Amino acid sequence: MKYMMLIVGNEEAETSAPKEELDALYARIFAWWDEHSSAGRIVDGHELQPSSTATTVRIGRDGSTTVTDGPFMEAKESIGGYGVLDVADLDEALAVASSWPGASSTLEIRPIVVRD
Amino acid sequence: MTDRSAVDARLSEVLRDERGRLTGALVRILGDWDVAEELVQDAAVTALEHWPIDGIPRNPGAWLMTAARRKAVDRLRRQARYRERMEQLTREAARMDRAPETGGPMEADERLPLLFTCCHPALNREAQVALTLRTVGGLETAAVARAFLVPEATIAQRLVRAKRKIRDAAIPYRVPDAAELPARLGEVLTVLYLVFNEGYIASSGDAPERRDLARDAEWLTSLVSRLMPDEAEVLGLLALMRLHLARADARFAPDGSLVRLADQDRATWDHAAIGDAVALLRRAERMGRPGTYQLQAAILAAHATSATWEATPWPAIVLLYDGLVRVEPTPVARLNRALALAERDGPDAGLTEMGPLADRLDRYHLYHAARADLLRRLGRDTEARAADQRALSLTENPAERRLLIDRLGG
Repeated sequence: MKYMMLIVGNEEAETSAPKEELDALYARIFAWWDEHSSAGRIVDGHELQPSSTATTVRIGRDGSTTVTDGPFMEAKESIGGYGVLDVADLDEALAVASSWPGASSTLEIRPIVVRD
Repeated sequence: MTDRSAVDARLSEVLRDERGRLTGALVRILGDWDVAEELVQDAAVTALEHWPIDGIPRNPGAWLMTAARRKAVDRLRRQARYRERMEQLTREAARMDRAPETGGPMEADERLPLLFTCCHPALNREAQVALTLRTVGGLETAAVARAFLVPEATIAQRLVRAKRKIRDAAIPYRVPDAAELPARLGEVLTVLYLVFNEGYIASSGDAPERRDLARDAEWLTSLVSRLMPDEAEVLGLLALMRLHLARADARFAPDGSLVRLADQDRATWDHAAIGDAVALLRRAERMGRPGTYQLQAAILAAHATSATWEATPWPAIVLLYDGLVRVEPTPVARLNRALALAERDGPDAGLTEMGPLADRLDRYHLYHAARADLLRRLGRDTEARAADQRALSLTENPAERRLLIDRLGG
């Protein structure tokens, strides 16, 4: 069973933290990622550049496109990365998400549509 | 020939008790909630055809299980890709055929994993409640709807959505392992207590089906207590519910208004049931794992075993509330502690304790009603009336309204 795990955090709080703290956090995240990847639970995923680098493309009812600066939804929290999980069931996915090393984070787990 | 109405009555009784077990067993085999429920329904229809002619079987639950299993086999035969599950079904059938046909519990009760799935934290609370009552409790969708005073279509939709999420998000069908169990069991107990309160607080007369909810919740909790006999908080919750139910009849005056604990006729309490519930609570306490339900039950037990209101052991009750506030520092727990304190040390002490809760409980009618009571005892009648008015504006419950209107009129 495959799930998308969206990792949502507060960018401002993250970037304003002292460098040593950030380095330590990233070290924990890399170790965590390695652990789950080598066990085959995380099969894909990436960290994303901050939402200030985001560009949104909107396609209107008539098919016309508008390109705007910024993420699709303005919010304090933004998607900082994602992982694709391959696990037995929702409980295993929740266990992976619950062990995410970053404090003050929100993770959304969604099953991926599989078409036969 | 057996009388048809006798068959109907027996069948609904059996379904009430066994639906969860049957559905659970079929979910395990088929992995599909909707089909499982459908097959249980089909088995019930078969029973209605056979029982009037053949007589009601000695073990109706096992009879229904066999009928449902046959239907599951038929269905699987039509779906070749389920060959693997077919084998599982055969093994399962062999195991169950060996189970004594005496109506005793099957070796692995399917209702427990079913209950944990129904109360999975990935489902919202309303869905948990509806699923639990429908699937484990065996209530018809219409009965769940009447109990919660919402349209049947709403409950039906909640059930459809919840089952779809169970399937699409692959919420597993199993009892959580030891590491997850405390949190997951907490979720189950919260749902059961919520159902109980929904029923218990409901007024007399107006909505008898809401009152049945309290009995349903008690039944489900006693089921959990049999399946998990070593969980102290399960026993605590069961004792708590039984201590409430043992005194339920004394709560309402003939005109339907609420009778406060101080004014209740204690002779009408079921003292044998109270004794049993207290014994159950003591058994839980001896397990050495205290918790919110055991503490709440201990408080009720202190009230339920006092011969009169005047004999209430307030110092002990305040101590129990101290414990409860530590485990569960909610404003409502603190409000109740303040009221116990008012009885021990006087209304002034209670009011002082309630002061800091004003903001957070401003929309809670019982906060204002309790405050009105203390103010009146201090002779501050104008403030008391204002507090009662505020309480009245915040509750829809007819019995509570009647009590408040009486107070305002007097």
